[in-house]
Amino acid sequence: MALDFTNATVRAWRRENGRVGVRNHVLILPVDDISNAACEAVANNVKGTMAIPHAYGRLQFGEDLELHFRTIIGTGANPNVAAVVVIGIEPEWTRTVVEGIARTGKPVEGFWIEQNGDFETIRRASWKAKEFVHWASELQKEDVPLTDLWVSTKCGESDTTTGLSSCPTVGNMYDKLLPHGLYGVFGETSEITGAEHICVKRAASPEAAEKFMKTWQAYQDEVIEPFKTSDLSDSQPTKGNILGGLTTIEEKALGNLEKIGRSSSYIDVLEPAEAPAKGPGLYFMDTSSAAAECVTLMAAAGYVIHTFPTGQGNVVGNPIVPVIKISGNPRTLRTMSEHIDVDVTGVLTREMTIEQAGDALIEMIRRTANGRFTAAEALGHREFSMTKLYRSA
Amino acid sequence: MATRPHLLVHHKGDNVGVVVVEGLTAGTEMLAVCTEDDSDFRITAKADIPIGHKVALTALRAGETVIKYGEDIGKMVGDAETGGHVHTHNLKTKRW
Repeated sequence: MALDFTNATVRAWRRENGRVGVRNHVLILPVDDISNAACEAVANNVKGTMAIPHAYGRLQFGEDLELHFRTIIGTGANPNVAAVVVIGIEPEWTRTVVEGIARTGKPVEGFWIEQNGDFETIRRASWKAKEFVHWASELQKEDVPLTDLWVSTKCGESDTTTGLSSCPTVGNMYDKLLPHGLYGVFGETSEITGAEHICVKRAASPEAAEKFMKTWQAYQDEVIEPFKTSDLSDSQPTKGNILGGLTTIEEKALGNLEKIGRSSSYIDVLEPAEAPAKGPGLYFMDTSSAAAECVTLMAAAGYVIHTFPTGQGNVVGNPIVPVIKISGNPRTLRTMSEHIDVDVTGVLTREMTIEQAGDALIEMIRRTANGRFTAAEALGHREFSMTKLYRSA
Repeated sequence: MATRPHLLVHHKGDNVGVVVVEGLTAGTEMLAVCTEDDSDFRITAKADIPIGHKVALTALRAGETVIKYGEDIGKMVGDAETGGHVHTHNLKTKRW
């Protein structure tokens, strides 16, 4: 008998814009790579804050710059973040980021290094960070519906067990929660290759189907064709996938798509890091299949919990979003269980149904929302990887 | 507790299954279960096949299409006997 999650609640933070956050971070956010050192110094000065250093933010232009801003602003705007100190090299782009985050109504303040130097910037930013920490640490959690959460998914180090167990576990969770108001998202444009004809049929409207095929075709034309070596450049399936028994991209794609369940359909196709705007339900996002890049983009779109099926044992985490790992591979559970939050090996031994595995995942989502650290959080996995579309100027 | 399967098959029409136990050795009479309808059958492993790797459910010859999830996942580029190992040495995508 399946559990009823319709009225389930969690204890979480309701933010100024009405969204629900399950973590309460005070971020020290660099606009660009050369502001990383100042951000890390502020985070060292003021406990309870977190710097998110990254590799880019200078001399970018056009679509690539838009994606950079969308990712940085979206990260600061995520409901798992209570307040943000932004530091950039100069005032203009710093203000762009501050104004973008301020639209959520949360406290945010920007600082820039030119004409101040690292010392003065760090001094002033540390005072503001300390003020934010005192304020954020007194914010109270409240009871909110479980289905007010935004839950993303992407699998990694997949093998044949992910298609049999952990991916359909996520699919079962989506089939149960999406009809009650949950926001979901899946992506991995390259990894849908081989099952695009099935994925297109899971669109909720002809417009969404057309948008999906356009996005998928653009990836083939603009990335695969000009840069390919032999097939998917010896990269899809990955070496880890092949060790785990996956042979072809079709086989990998079919397993991947198990994550969207039996009855769920996507209502829109999102640009990388674009926030969903068509109401509750499932979305497809145009992303890389690299774990850290994909989770970073989904977090920047506003998703607050990530569900991550793995076969061979991907260890990825994210600075602001708890990443829940699900695995059904008994060898992975035997050799690296410190990384796994939900053990679904019972699906392979036929001692656990997909229905039960889905319930176990929903229970772990509930506990994670209530504050349980995921394995990735406990182990300090804070991978933040910006997606870059082309070379900087 | 029911006997644990050695091999799982997604769909009735599939011609490969997946090893779900560690340390499978050649000659093992495997219990195979189809996840679509829980039906089971026996098949003998013809090689030591690692967990997660595929087994041919019938003799597959070069050129034949391999079916998993009820879908085309590529073509054989070498032969595999019933119970034999199917992987990168004898299976390739049809795309490239």
